[in-house]
Amino acid sequence: MKSMPRLSAMAMAGALVVTVNACGAGGDDNDEQQGVDARGPITYVQGKDNSNVVRPLVARWNKEHPDEKVTFKEQSDEADQQHDDLVQHFQAEDAGYDVVSVDVVWTAEFAARGWLQPLEGDFAIDTSQMLAPTVEAGTYNDKLYTAPVSSDGGLLYYRKDLVPNPPRTWDEMMGMCDIARKNKMDCYAGQFAQYEGLTVNVAEAINTAGGEIVEENGTTPAVDSPESVEGLGRLVEAFENGNIPGKAITYTEEEGRQSFQAGNLLFLRNWPYVYALAQSEGGSKVKGKFGVAPLPGEDGPGASSLGGHNAAVSVYSDHKATARDFVEYLTSEQSQRWFLEQGSLAPVIESLYSEEPLVKQFPYLPTLKTSIENAVPRPVTPYYPAVTEAVQSNAYTALKGSKPADQAVSDMSDALKAATQQ
Amino acid sequence: MSVTTSDQAVEDGPPPDDTEPRRTGRLTQGEGLRGMLLVAPTLIALAAVIGYPVVRAIVMSLQQDEGLDPATGQFVEGGFAGLTNYADWILQRCGNVECPPGTLGALFWPSVFNTFGLTVVTVAIEVTLGLWFASIMHRKFKGRGMVRASVLIPWAIPTAVTSQLWYFIFSVDGIFNKLLGTQILWTDDKWAVRFAVVLADVWKTTPFMALLILAGLQIISDEVYEAAKVDGASAWQRFIHITLPLVKPALLVAILFRTLDVLRIFDLPYILTKGGGGEENAVTTLSMLVVAQIRDGFNSAAALSTITFVIIFLVAFIFVKFLGAHVVQTQQTQRKGAR
Amino acid sequence: MATAEANARSVRSTGFDGKKLRTYLGVAFIVIWGLLPFYWMVVVAFREVGYTFETTPWPTHVTLDNFRTAFDESLGNQFGQALVNSLIISTVTTVAALVIGVFCAYALVRLDFRGKFAILGLVLAASMFPPVALVTPLFQLFTDIGWIGSYQALIIPNISFALPLTVYLLTAFFAEMPWGLEEAARIDGCTKGQAFRIVILPLAAPGLFTTAIIAFIAAWNEFLLAAQLSDKSTQPVTVAIAFFTGAQPQQVPYTAIMAAGTIVTIPLVILVLIFQRRIVTGLTAGGVKG
Repeated sequence: MKSMPRLSAMAMAGALVVTVNACGAGGDDNDEQQGVDARGPITYVQGKDNSNVVRPLVARWNKEHPDEKVTFKEQSDEADQQHDDLVQHFQAEDAGYDVVSVDVVWTAEFAARGWLQPLEGDFAIDTSQMLAPTVEAGTYNDKLYTAPVSSDGGLLYYRKDLVPNPPRTWDEMMGMCDIARKNKMDCYAGQFAQYEGLTVNVAEAINTAGGEIVEENGTTPAVDSPESVEGLGRLVEAFENGNIPGKAITYTEEEGRQSFQAGNLLFLRNWPYVYALAQSEGGSKVKGKFGVAPLPGEDGPGASSLGGHNAAVSVYSDHKATARDFVEYLTSEQSQRWFLEQGSLAPVIESLYSEEPLVKQFPYLPTLKTSIENAVPRPVTPYYPAVTEAVQSNAYTALKGSKPADQAVSDMSDALKAATQQ
Repeated sequence: MSVTTSDQAVEDGPPPDDTEPRRTGRLTQGEGLRGMLLVAPTLIALAAVIGYPVVRAIVMSLQQDEGLDPATGQFVEGGFAGLTNYADWILQRCGNVECPPGTLGALFWPSVFNTFGLTVVTVAIEVTLGLWFASIMHRKFKGRGMVRASVLIPWAIPTAVTSQLWYFIFSVDGIFNKLLGTQILWTDDKWAVRFAVVLADVWKTTPFMALLILAGLQIISDEVYEAAKVDGASAWQRFIHITLPLVKPALLVAILFRTLDVLRIFDLPYILTKGGGGEENAVTTLSMLVVAQIRDGFNSAAALSTITFVIIFLVAFIFVKFLGAHVVQTQQTQRKGAR
Repeated sequence: MATAEANARSVRSTGFDGKKLRTYLGVAFIVIWGLLPFYWMVVVAFREVGYTFETTPWPTHVTLDNFRTAFDESLGNQFGQALVNSLIISTVTTVAALVIGVFCAYALVRLDFRGKFAILGLVLAASMFPPVALVTPLFQLFTDIGWIGSYQALIIPNISFALPLTVYLLTAFFAEMPWGLEEAARIDGCTKGQAFRIVILPLAAPGLFTTAIIAFIAAWNEFLLAAQLSDKSTQPVTVAIAFFTGAQPQQVPYTAIMAAGTIVTIPLVILVLIFQRRIVTGLTAGGVKG
């Protein structure tokens, strides 16, 4: 008798399951064609607006478009949480997210799942003024799906009081480690903990040496090559001989910054955000004593990993025309200038990098431009989560000394094969 | 030397009415209906919030994850998969080969091992410390209230905050290494990170155990202890024969639920290792694996969750069966034993 | 030989009570245990952001800035609102879970019907599924019925998560109650409900309050679901803290997080202090024996 209430509950649950499942898992052509001309209020979703640049920007838009107001929804500051939040909402076909900010590495994944409106035809955005790698990062299958809004490239921070001329190649930099030892400092550090930052650093090492991780099509592994072994091998060797301190295996961006600011590190690979903090924070011991340079390369700047965020229109949006216009607004020169001046965010418009007053305010701008121009996007693949896991996990084991570099690269290739053929 | 048993200790007044007609297992209309009505809200709440997603997850676990159509470059629905998702996890199979290092599939059995290891160690420590804390908090001394409040602080601070705090404390240039004068990689080295996770978890949850045990201790009256002391029982004997049996119900519930919780633990090891799990995935737990898998494909993650559920179910089953944990004494049992 | 006498003798002869010393040593250990990491949290909370990574064990570079940052609405930190939200969610969850749990536990202990072990098994099974996997289906369900960002979307799942432990604890506590007294009261003319309220509830008070604290703190700590199901106006403190950010991207605002943690703890401690007295005074010698 008491089993009946339970049975009917189960039946209800079963019915619900069927209904919800019928809603489908990914976007399709129908979704793409819905509501392309509709206008109205929209929501813009982005990770935490650290420097308070977006709110004023949105306010300005709202004043000029009272019938198409933008609500700004902030996510957390962590890339993984932002990613999972977007996935949740897309899978639920939520019309509440109209314009979303995507990390450059998510473009292929989201586009392949049919969640993003292709930015072509009526939705086209003018990208002619933008730095080429940023546009590349927003393209999947030769279509632009996400418009570049902010960029980022790796910089080499160095102690100019100890090293007047920054190293241009990796070997040169390793040769300068004697200076570090003499001053009882660590020589070089980047981001080597087992998280996305490791993929960034490893990709840089591999790409600088001439290797690549996946092929153009995004699904065929290409990492098993002597160049990749050479690239990864440089990091492995540096860990072995102590040029990279053992504890750097726990470093994310903040730990490296802490070490550099405390005066314990000679060379640091990090993002532009460190500049302002190292120059002005109370506890920084390196104020005025450091400079920035492009990452060391083979003979010329090294391949930095491209960072940054792009804006995209969700296929489930109810007001796509407004969404598209807002995306254009974010990529306009006025907004880009605002991002830079107010938030120290690297713009995507090329001309801004050579404007005198801006360069004065942000001395690292020219270096950053070089870095971005030579940037290689991290593997552009719809399987990005699995690919980054394969890279991180194997590279990490090699850096810990548990596996030689060639074994790690070979395992990485196997793991990539498994990841992209699932 | 006679030592009073738990049952005798509880019943000291006039014996309960023994002659009331004993209802056997037969359902009488009144009690059955009333019983169902009282139990129904609980069952409904659980069915709606937990039952429905579980059923949904299980249904999805029988589907293949989306695959990429090479022609269009778009993901398309995978078909029915039956139990392949499950087999792939248990056999650590990726496609047709054994999962190579760097894939999530290769982490299944290590995660199982880690999860179990973590559970056994933390629960054992927490029970021991909890018993000790509770016995101390039970004694009379000045400022008892403040001590109880301070013990609860670790548990009251949101896990999100304590995890960050411990990450900060355990970082290689953080305060822990500073005080010890070492440079140990607490968030990375295989055994150091395990130590760190255990320490952080024990710090946070011992209060929970202590609180429950304390509540159980409160029920035992002092006279029982006095009588035992007069009879010459030592502190240890008093503990074994009076304290333990009387706190047993509350203690067993605490241990059971704590075990279930640790088997599902996620945020502490995740935040302490920034998701990486430490050297050789030393602290990657099953829940961490599920979260990572969700990014790659929800259906496979659902299968892994169901496997986790089955594992936990087995643990609970063994717990209840073999540890003789009659976690619930029904009224009849109590009456029976009260002579 | 009575050890009490031996103890008394030892006190008289040496003026030193071994037992008391052990108690105080234990107390000291407990207090240090609970407070040491918390102490560090407070020290960092009061430390200037520029000196986040300094490891001087005592307070240096003291400032109130981090606390101001936590409440600074212009930065998007709505910590005040989050505190209120957490309070609402946790309180409603606790009260509801207790009421529903008491009904269920009463039935399981006091009434006679088949299938009790099945019900207990089901309730326990609800605590066995990894919550991380429940978030996605729940999110889709609540999106479909438009509850995302509402209080009920946060409260109802919290109640369900709290129920298994609540039911088990209450059942364990109720099973210890002298139901004979309740029966005696009924024979004297009370209804079942009255007998329960007047006789049993006061005795079960310690157990009830213990369960209440546990449910409250569990709801207070909940993050996974809240992160997905709440929006800016309904997010609890756990989510709000996760949304804290430094002035620069990728900068982790440790000092602000610690400040928030400190703020969050103090009202909880007060709450616990109030409740814990209730636990103690619920039972005095003779109450159980009747």
